[in-house]
Formats: sequence, structure tokens, C-alpha cells
Amino acid sequence: MKFMIAVLATAVFATSASAQKAVELLNVSYDPTRELYEQYNAAFAAHWKAEKGQEVTVNQSHGGAGKQARAVIDGLEADVVTLALAYDIDAIAQKTQRIPADWQTKLPDNSTPYYSTVVFLVRKGNPKGVKDWDDLAKAGISVITPNPKTSGGARWNYLAAWAYAADTLGNDDAKIRDFITRLYKNVPVLDSGARGSTTTFVQREIGDAYISWENEAHLALREFGADKFDIVYPPASILAEPPVTVVERVAKKHGTLEVATAYLEYLYSPEAQEIIAKNFYRPRNEEVANKYATQFPAITLFTIDEKFGGWAAAQKAHFDDGGTFDQIYLPK
Amino acid sequence: MPILNKRHSVLPGFGIAAGYTVLYLSLIVLMPLAAMALRAATMSPGDIWALITDARVIAACKLSFGASFAAALVNIVFGLLVAWVLVRYSFPGKHIVDALVDLPFALPTAVAGIALTTLYAPNGWLGKLLAPIGIKVAYTPLGIIVALTFIGLPFVVRTVQPVLEDLDREIEEAAMSLGATRLQTFLRVLLPSVLPALLAGFAMAFARAVGEYGSVVFISGNMPMKTEILPLLIMTKLEQFDYAGATVIGVLMLVISFVLLFIVNLLQRWSGNRATSH
Repeated sequence: MKFMIAVLATAVFATSASAQKAVELLNVSYDPTRELYEQYNAAFAAHWKAEKGQEVTVNQSHGGAGKQARAVIDGLEADVVTLALAYDIDAIAQKTQRIPADWQTKLPDNSTPYYSTVVFLVRKGNPKGVKDWDDLAKAGISVITPNPKTSGGARWNYLAAWAYAADTLGNDDAKIRDFITRLYKNVPVLDSGARGSTTTFVQREIGDAYISWENEAHLALREFGADKFDIVYPPASILAEPPVTVVERVAKKHGTLEVATAYLEYLYSPEAQEIIAKNFYRPRNEEVANKYATQFPAITLFTIDEKFGGWAAAQKAHFDDGGTFDQIYLPK
Repeated sequence: MPILNKRHSVLPGFGIAAGYTVLYLSLIVLMPLAAMALRAATMSPGDIWALITDARVIAACKLSFGASFAAALVNIVFGLLVAWVLVRYSFPGKHIVDALVDLPFALPTAVAGIALTTLYAPNGWLGKLLAPIGIKVAYTPLGIIVALTFIGLPFVVRTVQPVLEDLDREIEEAAMSLGATRLQTFLRVLLPSVLPALLAGFAMAFARAVGEYGSVVFISGNMPMKTEILPLLIMTKLEQFDYAGATVIGVLMLVISFVLLFIVNLLQRWSGNRATSH
């Protein structure tokens, strides 16, 4: 009997020593990536198992991007963050030093393995003939977009409209403000988040056009029926880059730096880029991009850097208290 | 142990009970509040003043407290009615109705907000009927009052109900047989007895409504200057990582709520004294 136990014990010990200990990662992300990372995590786990023979479990946390960033600042021990805008990751870097200040140079394409843009979702057949941004500012059009003060995604919408106006109205500040004011006066409801706005537009049937991220617009078509809505691509829009990075100090503490880095790098692999395209984010990989070209029409994409001088400047000028967004609603 | 030997009360264990109370209140209530006050104090007095006199903050303040007050008022009228019906009458399904009253307690507030918005949106069941007569509920201050009334109802019913149960039916019958009209019976006999409980229910419903966020953001539409509540302003400050600004508004809400609740408390004591001296 004793001998049996000894044999069993050695056997157990031997197997656990040969295979590496299972590892866990926490990926703190924002709301609309839920489906994407569900599929990607399974793919990465298989890849890591084949490569290193180690089991990896990726735990996901989803929520509004700003709220998620605050959770990490307040001590949520994320190994990696995959958020909606660089501003939120900058905030983590500044407030906690858990992420190096030059985080955005660590991975290709500004640390954004996928990108997207802002498009319009309209009622089937586009009864109001919405084609471009200036149509949204016309009288008699009702526009749905979330509140940029509470929704990270909605800030891209606002900046897209602003970039369009700056481009067509020749950087005339007064004219741009007038355009933005007319557009936002057409917005009857400012939901606190993007999914709330989708509900308002789709279920409550409020609004003629819904300014939405491309991936959310495609999801809405898939979920609620392509027979009810159309996606309208304006000739120009914003380049929306949701960035990813390793929270270095936490990963070092957890001893997960290697697997966390590999987790983000693998996002750029052809296999992962397929998953990304299937979830309606635009892939960086050229071959995959060509394969899905019909799904992602080419339009002019303005960048935050060229039009606004980076996220920190854009946030300060437009969305901080007293910024251009607040001024729209100030009593005159 | 001289202190314990003093006869404070015939009940034993005062020292331990008092110590426990102070410790518990400190941990659960005072410490978080003190942390808040400290955080708010990181801003200069000038900045704090500029923040709380900001047009948007004042508009949101009026809306938050105004809508909460209105909702609590609606609730003391109809909450009293519900409590009265549940206590005085028996009818089939009474237990189910009784249980229904607690539902707003149990329901996640976001669910309540979405459900109410579905009902009152221009294409919802009720919104469709109200739209032709020019009444808009969802995305207006009225919608906020509806949501706050919903979440506040159980507070009034559950505080008034036990008092009504203790009140003998005979007292009302005596008043009637002595020639009091129904209105007199209600105003002079019934109301003074339930008034303290009613005020307590009012205070709880009001306090709950002031802090409510989850259900309101769905039905309010969040339009700056129009349908923006104070808790939403706190959220927008947090989105800018402006922790100090957010806590300043939090402290502002606390101070106003405390003053108002203190007044209600005084009123309650006064009405309680009046009721017992009768």
C-alpha cells in the first residue's frame, strides 16, 4: 500500500514538473470587444499550448472604457489592457506608472492591431438621404450618438464630425463650431454609452441616423436585421484606433510578462487578424484586409494626430469641462 | 471598571454595545465620508466655488433635488393609499400585491430604467398613447420623476404599513360614531398617527432618489442643462479622471441632502410629539 502511494506521488510530481504550471491573464477591455476576445482567447490558448505546452486562461473584464481605465488606476490587476482610446491608457500610465510613458511605440501600428472608423446607420432605404456629415447638421434630421462626456466611443464620433468640418470649412473655427452646434442640436437623446444609443435607435426607433463605430453598425445589422437598416459610408471619416498594451509592472509582479506580451503580439498574426475581420474590426494584415475588402470600403480617414495633435490635446480642447462640447449647450 | 458600574440603564452591556456602534458607524459610514471630504479638500476654495456655481451644476442640482422631491411627494400620497388598502381590506391576491410592492427594491435599477423607457418611449405602449395628447415622458424631466417614483414607492409603503396595522379600526369607528365626517376622520384621527411614519418614508424615498443613477440615465436622455442629473455630472467628471471635482459634487449633494433630511427629521419629531400629546 505504502509502495503504491509512493509510486502515485512520484507519478503526479513528475507530470506536474514536465508540463509547466497553468497561467492566468486578466485582459481589461471595453464593451464592444466582448465577442472578439471570446474567440481570440480560445485561439491564443491553443497557439500557446502548441508553442510552449502551457495552459493559459484569459479572464476578461468588459465595461465602459473610462470606467475600465479607472478600475486599473484604482488597483485592478490587469496584465493587459485593450481599450477604446489612447487617452485612457495614457491616464493609467500617468497616474500609476504601471505602464511606461512610451507604451504606444511597443507594438506595430501605434499598438493598435485593429482599427475601425465611424459610419452612419440609417433606416432601410435611407429615407432622409443621409450621405455625408453635412446632412446630419441639416434641419429636420434627428441624429443619435452617445454622450461624449461619458462614452469614449462617442468622442471619436464627435471628432470625426469636427475633422470633417475642419476639412471642408477651411479650419475656420467659428464655422466649425456653428456646424457642430447645428449637428448636436439635432441629437434628441445623449445616451451614456454606445450600446444605449444602439437601443435608442434600433428598439425605440428614435432618430434618422445613428453615428456609430463601423463594427457596431455591422453588429446591429446582424443582430436586428439587414432588412431594417443600411450602413452609409461618408466620403471621409476618422481613423479610430483602439490600442492595446501590457501593464508591465503588474505582469512582472504576476510573472506573466512573457505570455502577456505574446498574447498581444499574436493579435497581429494572420489567424488572429481573420478573427478580427470576422468581428467587423478592420485588420492590419494586408492579405486579410484584401480578403475582406468588400466588407470594409476604402474611405478617407483623418487621424487624431494630424487633425487634433494627439488625444491629450483633443480631450482638453473638446471634452474637458468648458471644452467645445460643453459650449454647445451653454445658455447664450 | 468604574464606568461600567455606573447604572446607566437596567439593560446590561451598554459599554460593549456603544463601543461596537461607534466602531461600526466609523468603519461603514464615517470613514468613507471623511475620505471623500479629504479628496474634495484637495481643490482650492476658489475652484470649489467656481465648480458648484457653474451653470450646469446648478441646473443639474435643481433637477436632481426637484425631481426627487416631486417623486417623494407622489409616493407619500399613493404610497399611503397602497398601504391603507393592504392593511384595511382583504381581497383575493392580496399577498401577491403585497409582494409586488417590494419589487422596486429587488430589481437592478438599470433594468427598471430600461423597462420604463421601453414603456414610455414615443413608440412604447404608454408613450404611444400619450404622444398624441402632447405628453412626452421619456427623455424629459417627467420621465426622471416617473423613474424616481418607481424606485421610491416601497420606502413609503413599508414604513407606513406597520403603523396602520397597529392602529385599531375601532378608533376610526369611534370617530365616525361621534359624528366626524370621513374627511375629518382622515385628517384629525388617521393622518396625525401615521404622519411621523409617512415623513420617515418620504425622507427615505427622497434620499434614495437623489442618489439614483442606474435607472435615470436610461430614461432621462442626459441632455446638458435639461435632463442631466447630478450623479451623471459626477460620472462625467470621473471620465476626465477629475476625481477631486467629482467628490466636490458628491460632497455638495451630501450637504444638501443632510440639511433636507435634518429638516424632515425635525418635522417628524414635531409631528410625533403632536400625535402623542393628543
